[in-house]
Amino acid sequence: MTQQAAPAVATPPAPGSRQTDGRTVRRPLALRLLARPEVGVFLGAVAVFVFFLVMAPPMRDGGSMANILYQSSTIGIMALPVALLMIGGEFDLSAGVAVIASALTASMLSYQLTMNIWVGVLVALTVSLAIGLFNGWMLVKTGLPSFLITLGTFLILQGVNLAVTKLVTGNVATDDVSDMDGFAQAKAIFASSFEVGGVTVKITVVWWLVFAALATWVLLRTKYGNWIFAVGGNKESARAVGVPVTFTKISLFMLVGFGAWFVGMHQLFSFNTVQSGEGVGQELIFIAAAVIGGCLLTGGSGSAIGPVFGAFMFGMVQQGIVYAGWNPDWFKAFLGVMLLGAVLINLWVHRTATRR
Amino acid sequence: MTTDNTAAHGAAPKDTPTEGDRPVVELRGAGKSYGNIRALHGVDLAVHPSKVTCVLGDNGAGKSTLIKIISGLHQHTEGEFLVDGEPVRFATPREALGKGIATVYQDLATVPLMPVWRNFFLGSEMTKGPWPLRRLDIARMKRTADEELRNMGIVLDDLEQPIGTLSGGQRQCVAIARAVYFGARVLILDEPTAALGVKQSGVVLKYIAAARDRGLGVIFITHNPHHAYMVGDHFSVLRLGTLELSAARSEVTLEELTNHMAGGAELAALKHELSQVRGVDVEELPDAGDLAAPTAPAPAPASSEGKS
Repeated sequence: MTQQAAPAVATPPAPGSRQTDGRTVRRPLALRLLARPEVGVFLGAVAVFVFFLVMAPPMRDGGSMANILYQSSTIGIMALPVALLMIGGEFDLSAGVAVIASALTASMLSYQLTMNIWVGVLVALTVSLAIGLFNGWMLVKTGLPSFLITLGTFLILQGVNLAVTKLVTGNVATDDVSDMDGFAQAKAIFASSFEVGGVTVKITVVWWLVFAALATWVLLRTKYGNWIFAVGGNKESARAVGVPVTFTKISLFMLVGFGAWFVGMHQLFSFNTVQSGEGVGQELIFIAAAVIGGCLLTGGSGSAIGPVFGAFMFGMVQQGIVYAGWNPDWFKAFLGVMLLGAVLINLWVHRTATRR
Repeated sequence: MTTDNTAAHGAAPKDTPTEGDRPVVELRGAGKSYGNIRALHGVDLAVHPSKVTCVLGDNGAGKSTLIKIISGLHQHTEGEFLVDGEPVRFATPREALGKGIATVYQDLATVPLMPVWRNFFLGSEMTKGPWPLRRLDIARMKRTADEELRNMGIVLDDLEQPIGTLSGGQRQCVAIARAVYFGARVLILDEPTAALGVKQSGVVLKYIAAARDRGLGVIFITHNPHHAYMVGDHFSVLRLGTLELSAARSEVTLEELTNHMAGGAELAALKHELSQVRGVDVEELPDAGDLAAPTAPAPAPASSEGKS
């Protein structure tokens, strides 16, 4: 036995006695940068930007830039929580219609009961968080894939949005809320704009960047961020080492609910009415922005900065086609090509950069 | 190994708890049924500080059920489960962790895409600052992780590399170092050497010994009697959900242990064939032992018999 035991004790010090383990060769800085999830999309965004600068001269104007940023921000604000949820290993297909559900709730509640608009806004927040809570709770309780559960929520909300709106207003759109108490106040927060050097910038752009900075900080510098990566990377390991998996998953769905509420309020206060049938298909745009932004579809990897560039690319394409004077019908086709291209570039960059 | 053992114990007397001989974790006639299936029945097990208790058994013997009860993933349905002499029933792994019982799972030990240091502190992150600005203390975590890993003899250049890029043995070792650092009193290792090569297994066994020398009670689950015999102080062999053997190191030889592992009675029927195999084996052991005896030639006939 002594002979048998000897190797087990004698061999290990060999690798341990050196100061370095000698397994990791320091990769060049450029390659290490490329391995970061958000760098691929950054380069992609620059490419699209340059492309449209060349092809569409009106885009060089500051006003069009502000317009592009505004378009990007309405996608980007939702793409952030969707990206965090994706890093946490789940999807939310109900995110698009949840935006409209939130706007409808706020609009109809305060209009029908002729209350201060803030009552509607707060109830809408509660409803949005409750939708997220429901999604998360169902997921945790049943263990079904989030694709199925949120597909169910998506269909339910789509139907409820239309049916309840027709039931309450007799119309597919809600009534104009612009003359209600507190409207100006709420509009200032959700849908105002301000001047910077002669260019009108919408407030959502500011919110978008603030939320992105906040999400980045949370993701990389807090316990909660650590847990998001862990539940997306390996749920069972995370649970085994004491990460509150249930809390993390449910709160991520509620975060998407919060995003839906915010964007919903923006839509309500910039257009004064809400079309109950809208929002369908938006959820895929959010998911696409997150994926283009370098978030791993299967969870466990990604960033909050990536989806910012992802949404920015969407905004550029959407407006760039118009500025270039092309037929806007091509928008979706362009988007599809861009999505595939971005994913392929991400994949290639990631493989090249992480190969030893 | 035996001499090694006592020397190590003498070297670290400060780690020996004052509780004397009372086991940290004890099972008395414990069992678990899933519906009408009795996975585990009447199991007695005692885990003492600075001792390695090996739980052996073939696939389906109830090893996993046993550790799931102790680690808090499942609850026992019969018998008693005591920690420090108090009966307990854990609802979650977090509760077990709270009592100082840490489990290192074979494949569940880490989150592959996360950096080594984040894995090391996952679930017990160090933070600084008041609440709204409370953030990870990254510098301190990296430093501590590096120190702790070095204390266990693991040297890694880059703690930022995803832990998935480490070898299986290194990952197990990080998980063990992690459990030791977080004040585990009882360390449960679920087949840490199952998927590893000979040398890697040796590394892991070394860290098991290192954890034991720091005063931890170790439950080492394995189906390899050779690995068990290298570090074990007590051996419990499970078979079809019941205890087939429970013996201290002094009461059992490697040969007997292998026999029990391979399924005592069934093995007796094959005695004729095995004695021939064994005869070759025993003669070969000392020679091959110098190199890679633990796994290479010796267990091959025994384990293949046991599994068939």
